[in-house]
Amino acid sequence: MKKKLGFYPGCSLEGTSREYSESVISLAKRFDIELEAVPDWNCCGASSAHNLNKILSLALPARILAQAEKAGIKEILVPCAACSNRLITTQHELFEEPELKKEVEETTGMSLSAPIRILNVIQFIQEYIVPELPNKKVNAFDKKVACYYGCLLVRPHDILQFDRLEDPQSMDEIMKTSGAEPIDWPFKTECCGAGLSLSRSDLIGKLSGKIVNEATERGAEAIIVACPMCHANLDMRRPVINKYMGKKLNIPVLYITQVIGMVCGLSPKDTGIKRHLVKVNIN
Amino acid sequence: MSYRPNNSLSEEVLEHTKVNSAGCYQCGKCSAGCPLAEEMDYTSSMVMRMLQTEDKAIEKELLKSQSIWLCSSCEMCISRCPMSIDIPKVMDYLRQKSVKEGLQNKTADKNIVAFHRSFLDMIQLTGRSYEPGMIMDYKLRSKDFFQDLTMAPKMFSRGKLPIFPESVKNRKNIQDIFKKSKKESI
Repeated sequence: MKKKLGFYPGCSLEGTSREYSESVISLAKRFDIELEAVPDWNCCGASSAHNLNKILSLALPARILAQAEKAGIKEILVPCAACSNRLITTQHELFEEPELKKEVEETTGMSLSAPIRILNVIQFIQEYIVPELPNKKVNAFDKKVACYYGCLLVRPHDILQFDRLEDPQSMDEIMKTSGAEPIDWPFKTECCGAGLSLSRSDLIGKLSGKIVNEATERGAEAIIVACPMCHANLDMRRPVINKYMGKKLNIPVLYITQVIGMVCGLSPKDTGIKRHLVKVNIN
Repeated sequence: MSYRPNNSLSEEVLEHTKVNSAGCYQCGKCSAGCPLAEEMDYTSSMVMRMLQTEDKAIEKELLKSQSIWLCSSCEMCISRCPMSIDIPKVMDYLRQKSVKEGLQNKTADKNIVAFHRSFLDMIQLTGRSYEPGMIMDYKLRSKDFFQDLTMAPKMFSRGKLPIFPESVKNRKNIQDIFKKSKKESI
């Protein structure tokens, strides 16, 4: 029977990280999972709303949750780590604080009756993909990989209760089932510079530079990510990274869904690997 | 308004965020782990200490700092804090307060704050973030016209820059949310 899951793509997946969206959707299709997008979804406010306006930073995700509830969605996949962090945090805060919930509901003009289950991409893969993977696997991804979780995938830990806070293992385990050899390295949850990408790209060179360099030095052949912001900084910002590090770093950055897609025989068009700025020389 | 004997910024933070900066005993683990500490004028543990002083001049200095804008909310600090002090939440409040009082750091105002404004303007307009529009808006605000110019053709050829913005159908709802949020915010 076909499984059905709610889906919140978020803005990045419609723009600079189209390949993430393509690989998530193709992978779901390959595993007979129907993804139902939240009707008329809006931006979650990302890293900007909470910097300038508390109520706005809660109201934007609250509208998404309300739209999902209206559509009867009980469980939702949110592949972007920043979006999932915003949605999970907002839902938690609103159901913890009835007064705040009331204030936010008045702002959105929509009410929320019960929390829904919000899955990040790793939880989705663990639950829906890994059990079926042996039946769909046609290739092995026999490469040394550096699993880069970034900051938001495993945080805030108290609310998420997902994986270990530092030195997480979930992506590493998934990579092993795909035939890859994850390296041990200390930069798994170091910040790539996140939302400073446009306003302080010099800092991205430094922060992301250390991450890309460390992965390379430890012999990884690819960096595996699960967040469009991390991907943008490690891949698209490679020129500033190389400038800061004073050398040319060629290691490609792949979304975890692209790797599993390749293992399951999805085409480069389905996984979108041709869209990267740092060329992916892996078959 | 609740009772604030000292009328201090730390009490205001406590009231609005429920985070008690008095719990900080200056172990410095947050500053040691902060990826942006070396760029900051005051590191996270110093920010906590400045709040504890309840000194008006120091509080003003804090609101004018670049640190509060350089914080990327990566949450490394709270992950390592032995007192579980939610420093990112404090930073959020300090940023909001700083803009409200017109005290935002002059350097940050031209880049980091300008970016956040451009980002939110875009969402207010269409309900979604549309990168080409946002980048244009940001360039006008920051007056940094040449940065990233060489990246655009590469991104475009890989289908990473959509030509038209996607918009939420119920734009009025989004605009109402912005209007009401502005009224209700601090």
